[in-house]
Amino acid sequence: MSIEVNGKTYETDEEGYLANLNDWTPEVGAAMAAADDCELTDAHWEVINFLREYYEEYQIAPAVRVLTKAIGKKLGKDKGNSKYLYQLFPYGPAKQACKYAGLPKPTGCV
Amino acid sequence: MSEENDGKKFMFVNRRAPYGTIYAQESLEVVLIAAALEQDVSLLFIDDGVFQLTKGQNTEGVGMKNFSPAYAALGDYDVSKLYVEKESLEERGLTLDDLQHLTWEDEDDDWAEKDSIRLISRDEVKKLIEEQDVLLSF
Repeated sequence: MSIEVNGKTYETDEEGYLANLNDWTPEVGAAMAAADDCELTDAHWEVINFLREYYEEYQIAPAVRVLTKAIGKKLGKDKGNSKYLYQLFPYGPAKQACKYAGLPKPTGCV
Repeated sequence: MSEENDGKKFMFVNRRAPYGTIYAQESLEVVLIAAALEQDVSLLFIDDGVFQLTKGQNTEGVGMKNFSPAYAALGDYDVSKLYVEKESLEERGLTLDDLQHLTWEDEDDDWAEKDSIRLISRDEVKKLIEEQDVLLSF
């Protein structure tokens, strides 16, 4: 599978996750979201950028429980809870946000 | 959390060098999956497995991803028991200072930061293995 952004084609896996991490740009993330009928707001980007930083540091995409806890620690309790994160990413905060962040699907996600 | 869990005790036994084979990376992957499913998970590093935890790994020459930063995420996954056999370290000329400083935060102790790596002797390894319900060897 692949996704086309501004005339450039990017390879993805069968679930739409970017094949090559280094291909990612914010435009690619936005295009992936648009394909899911999701418009990315600042609140979305806050989570996406957090995930990219987490990956940069630990080389893994965190499971949703870990993401929720870590967001709470960094951005505050009002954001580090399932309700808030599922409102932003109804298909599952870790799964969906990782996709737009150009990261692999989180380990332990089915 | 793991102490309250009355599920099975899982121990992942790591005894090979981190690169050259895929065992170490695969082990870590399964550990993360088990931890995401909130199982009582501990890791044991013996023989060349102790090299998995060394700091300053650089894989540029071997063409494999340096996955060692992920060990530092184990605390986030509530994996707080990383047992390292003292004799294995000594036989390889290593000390605790050669390993990453890995920590976890204890929810029951006002989130105090505690060390995850516990040095144990060969005799203690035997005892520990006997206490497990499930052993997975990599």
